[in-house]
Amino acid sequence: MKVLVAIKPVPNPDERVKVSADGHSVVLENVKMVVNPFCEIAVEEALRIRDGLGGGEVVVVTVGSPSADPQLRTALAMGADRGILVSAEGPLDGFAVARLLRRVVDDEAPDLVLLGKQAVDDDNNQVGQILAALLGWPQATFVSRIEFVDGGARIRVDRETDAGLETIGLPLPAVVTTDLRLNEPRYASLPGILKARKKEVRVVDAAAAGVDLAPKVRVLAFEAAKGRKGGRIVADAAELVRLLRDEAKVLG
Amino acid sequence: MTADILVVVEHLEGAFRTSTRSAITAAHVLSSLAGGEVDALVLGEGVSAVAETVASFGVRRVLHADAPVFARYLAVPYAAAVAQAVRENGYGAVMAPATTFGKDFMPRLSGLLDAPLASDIVGLAIDGGELRVRRPMFAGNVIATVSMSGVPLLFTVRQTAFDAALPSGTRAPVIPFAPVVDAGGTRFIGRTETKSSRPELTDARVVVSGGRGVKAAENFSLVERLADRLGAAVGASRAAVDAGWAPNDWQVGQTGKVVAPELYIALGISGAIQHLAGMKDSKVIVAVNKDPEAPIFQVADYGLVADLFKAVPEIIAELEAIPTR
Ligand SMILES: Cc1cc2nc3c(=O)[nH]c(=O)nc-3n(C[C@H](O)[C@H](O)[C@H](O)COP(=O)(O)OP(=O)(O)OC[C@H]3O[C@@H](n4cnc5c(N)ncnc54)[C@H](O)[C@@H]3O)c2cc1C
Ligand SMILES: Nc1ncnc2c1ncn2[C@@H]1O[C@H](COP(=O)(O)O)[C@@H](O)[C@H]1O
Repeated sequence: MKVLVAIKPVPNPDERVKVSADGHSVVLENVKMVVNPFCEIAVEEALRIRDGLGGGEVVVVTVGSPSADPQLRTALAMGADRGILVSAEGPLDGFAVARLLRRVVDDEAPDLVLLGKQAVDDDNNQVGQILAALLGWPQATFVSRIEFVDGGARIRVDRETDAGLETIGLPLPAVVTTDLRLNEPRYASLPGILKARKKEVRVVDAAAAGVDLAPKVRVLAFEAAKGRKGGRIVADAAELVRLLRDEAKVLG
Repeated sequence: MTADILVVVEHLEGAFRTSTRSAITAAHVLSSLAGGEVDALVLGEGVSAVAETVASFGVRRVLHADAPVFARYLAVPYAAAVAQAVRENGYGAVMAPATTFGKDFMPRLSGLLDAPLASDIVGLAIDGGELRVRRPMFAGNVIATVSMSGVPLLFTVRQTAFDAALPSGTRAPVIPFAPVVDAGGTRFIGRTETKSSRPELTDARVVVSGGRGVKAAENFSLVERLADRLGAAVGASRAAVDAGWAPNDWQVGQTGKVVAPELYIALGISGAIQHLAGMKDSKVIVAVNKDPEAPIFQVADYGLVADLFKAVPEIIAELEAIPTR
C-alpha cells in the first residue's frame, strides 16, 4: 500500500495571530510554524496503515515555500519514508494547491491520499475534495476510522457528521480527509529525528507542473475580528439566575 | 452578474435541515446585490415533502430529483448532479450550508466545474462594482475579505451569520430534474445517529456545554439536566468528545459546530481559542469554572467561579424557584 500524505505548515494554533496595521497581511513573526494538526493525524494514520499491513511506503508532500522543510522533516521523523516539496512563489488558493497535488498523484500513483480536513490557518476545508474531483476519485471527508476490506481493494470509513457518525464504503484509490478522533499522533523520537535528516526530500518547481496557479479566491484584506469584553463575576447561583432573568432577560 | 443562484437543500433522509434557510437568505442577499433569481435544488428519494417545504421559503422554483441514487447523501453523485443542474441552467452562483453536508460536496463541485469556492462565508458586499466576500480565518480571530474569479461562484454559508429565511406566503413550483449520475462504487453503510428530543445545537435558543471539568461520562447527565430545565441543546468541548463523554456532533468550536444562541452556558470549559471560535458570537455567555484565571471569563458576560458539581444543582434549584409563566 502506497499512501501519499499532503501536509501544510501553519502558525502554532494556540497562539493568537495579529493583523498588520495596513490590513494586508497576518503578522507571523515570532509565531512558531508547526504541521497542521489534522495533517499530523493524516501522517500518523499513514504510518499505521503501512506498518499494520506489513509494508508499503508513506510519501509526504507539501506545496508552497521551501521554508516548509522543517515541517516535512517532522513528518519524516515520525516515520514517513520520503518527502516532496513542490516549491511555489506567491499566494496559492486551495484550487492551485489541489492542481499541484494532482500532478504529484499522477507521478506517484498512490493507493490512498490522506489530507487534513482543514488547515487551521485558512479554515478552508477544500483541498482534499477538490483534488478528488480533479482525479475523478471517490472521497471520504471528516474520517475518524479507516478499515481495509475486500483484500485491500476497498475501505470502510466512519465520518464525523453533524448528525452523528456515518459509515461509508469506497473503492481505492481514494482521497480521505482526517478528523480529530482518527488517532493520536506520535511524537517524533530522537532516533527518528536523526534519521529524518538523511531522508530524501525531492524539491520540484511548481512552474514545471504547467498548471494554472492564478488564485480563483484572492484575499484582499484582513481585519481582526471584534473582540468580546468579559463581564462580571457573580457571587453565587442565586445572583447568576437573578441577573439572567432581570438584566440579560434570557430566561423564558 | 445577473445569472441565477442555486441553493442546494440539506436534509437528512427526508428531514429538512434548517441550515438551508440561512443559505436561502444569503442567496437573496447576493441576488439583491448582483441580480438573478433564487432557485433551490432537492436531491433525494421519496422526499417531495422537503421540496414542498423549500417551495414556501420565497424561491422562484424548486428543482427536485427523485432517484434511488440519492436515497442516502453521498458526495460523488451529489456533486455530479449539482454540476449538471448548473450546466443545464447556467447558474451564476451556487450556495449550500457550511455544515458537514455542504463542506463535503461543495469543494468537489468546485473541482468538477473549475469554479471558485469561498468557504464558510459571513458577509457579502459590492465594492466598486465588484463582489466582496467576508469569511473567518484563524479560528475566527481574523476576518478576511476575498474576491472570487470564475463562474459559477460557489459559497458555503455560515448559519449563524445569516438569518433563517421565513415562509413567504407563496408556493414556488416544483420542477422535476433528472440528472444522469452514479455513486461510482461509493456506498452508504450506516449511521449512528445521536437521537435526542432536544433542539438542534445550531438552532437552539439556549446551549449548555460541558468540558473536561465534567470529569466523566456519567457526570454529563448534570449538564443535560440543566439543559433540559432551560429547553436547551447540549454541546461539548473537544476534550469532552475526545474522552468519549459526548458524541462528536456535540463538539462546539473551530473544527466542530458554530453556534450563536441567546444564551450559552460553559461548564468546566477553559476557553481555548478553538472553543471560543464556535461560541463567541452568542448573545449572552455564562461560564462556570473553578479556576478564576480561566480564559473563558474574558468572554463571559457572567462568570461564576465555583465547582460545577456544587454550582449546577444550585442553578437548577434557583431556576425551579422562578414561577413559570
Ligand atoms: C486542531 C485542533 C482543533 C480543535 N478544535 C476544537 C474545537 O472545535 N472545539 C473545542 O472545544 N476545542 C478544540 N480544540 C481543543 C482546544 O484547544 C482545547 O484543548 C479544548 O477546547 C479544551 O477543552 P476543555 O476546556 O473542556 O478542557 P480544559 O482546557 O482541560 O479545561 C477544563 C476546565 O475545567 C475547569 N474545571 C475542572 N474541574 C472543574 C470543576 N469541578 N468545576 C468547575 N470547573 C472545573 C478547569 O479549571 C479548566 O478550566 C482543538 C484543538 C486543536 C489542536
Ligand atoms: N500548501 C499545501 N501543501 C500541502 N497540502 C496542503 C496545502 N494546503 C492544504 N493542504 C492539505 O489540504 C488539507 C485541507 O486544507 P484546506 O482546504 O486549506 O483547509 C490540509 O490539511 C492539507 O492536508
